[in-house]
Amino acid sequence: MSEIPEDLRYAESHEWLREEADGSLTLGITDHAQEQLGDLVFVELPEVGGDYAAGAECAVVESVKAASDVYCPVAGRVVAVNEALEDAPELVNQSPYGQGWILRLAPSDPTALDGLLDAAGYTRVVAAEDT
Amino acid sequence: MHRHTPLHARHRALGARMVPFAGWSMPLHYGSQIREHRAVRAAAGMFDVSHMQIVDLEGVGAQVFLRRLLANDVVRLEPGQALYSCMLNPAGGVLDDLICYLRGPDRYRLVVNAATAERDLAWMHDHLDPGLELHARADLAMLAVQGPEALTGVIGLLPPGDAAALSGLRPFHALETSMGFIARTGYTGEDGCEIILPVEAAPALWDALLQAGVTPCGLGARDSLRLEAGMNLYGNDMDETTTPLESGLAWTLSWKPRTRAFIGRPALERQQAVGVPRRQMGLVLEGKGVLRAHQPLYAAGQQVGEITSGGFAPTLGTSIALARVAADAVPPLEVEIRGRRHGVRAVKPPFVRHGRILV
Repeated sequence: MSEIPEDLRYAESHEWLREEADGSLTLGITDHAQEQLGDLVFVELPEVGGDYAAGAECAVVESVKAASDVYCPVAGRVVAVNEALEDAPELVNQSPYGQGWILRLAPSDPTALDGLLDAAGYTRVVAAEDT
Repeated sequence: MHRHTPLHARHRALGARMVPFAGWSMPLHYGSQIREHRAVRAAAGMFDVSHMQIVDLEGVGAQVFLRRLLANDVVRLEPGQALYSCMLNPAGGVLDDLICYLRGPDRYRLVVNAATAERDLAWMHDHLDPGLELHARADLAMLAVQGPEALTGVIGLLPPGDAAALSGLRPFHALETSMGFIARTGYTGEDGCEIILPVEAAPALWDALLQAGVTPCGLGARDSLRLEAGMNLYGNDMDETTTPLESGLAWTLSWKPRTRAFIGRPALERQQAVGVPRRQMGLVLEGKGVLRAHQPLYAAGQQVGEITSGGFAPTLGTSIALARVAADAVPPLEVEIRGRRHGVRAVKPPFVRHGRILV
């Protein structure tokens, strides 16, 4: 069973978001998502400063199996990317909620997180996929 | 409903991610494809390949039949020897690639791909000469044990006589043992063997190999290993619409004697006479990213072909591919990935053999 931390918010497209003290949002893909993908071998990161609409593709994760889009669940501007992934994409497998974070966003709407799933809601999404 | 191999419960118990493949439920990996890949390059791994179809052919005239059916020539085989060959349609297209073993006078064993097994059998029956018997074996399982330590692992499980025989077995030869039919063949570019044995005996052999420290490997590692080894995958790198000449398989065609009328020969001769329009090459991606099947290739701004198999090569730490390009395409080549062009270096496969990088 994959790990789904209580303190994060989730999208049905398997991204997680964490609100930082400065109001920015850290984004990554969930443990369930990395398990489904298998070993990651490449992460295509966006440019810092790029603006994304809610639901837009903002990164690509490529595993041994396939390339998958990462979606931006809330609108915002990219303020940082995890450059460590350029040489070590496996960090996403090893630590999806920690060192394997993908990017940090300044959200256009500070309350946008409220529209996303909590851990219980995302647990139901994963359970529905497995049946 | 997908068919289960005799090792299905073993895969489940090891936590394999099971995927549908050619009508079978097969293990993709047991946690990490890259770890499994490296285990085969460095030590030993085992693959359940029981989905592949074993076909036994017997009867007076079996050799005559196979010399017409196959583009490579079985006449060169001595008992116990293996031959890799394409089976062609009259247009010279590849119906399947297979391994053919000579087991004794007029006794052959063929191993064909799972996805094409039904069509292959129908084709063989359509062309079969009277007096020949074709048995599609459903009572056999097949395990590939591959890597520099693979043979040592298998030898350790054999009684002394068989152990000595396997120790002396030459590459691309096979042996009948108390364990089953053991061939020194594989699909990884490493030393090792493939063991064909009764379905009932497969789980115990799997357990014994696991006990001996052999790493279970799934279809994912099988694919990245064969790609590094520069070996074609049927359905990706060639199919019934491409000839062996366009697929890097010219070396498997046996032209002499000129009188041997194998199916597809006239079409291949015509293609050679007018010039083979496309050829296969190996590619190494310069920079980061992943080459995948069907990505288009460009030379001087014009599309000249596409990737037929691509992926990340753990041994090289970069992405590699097999591609089919116009015979007159002049490097440098570029690949298009998600709308952007990237440089690729053309190389002659294999990329890796016996753990060593060759490109």
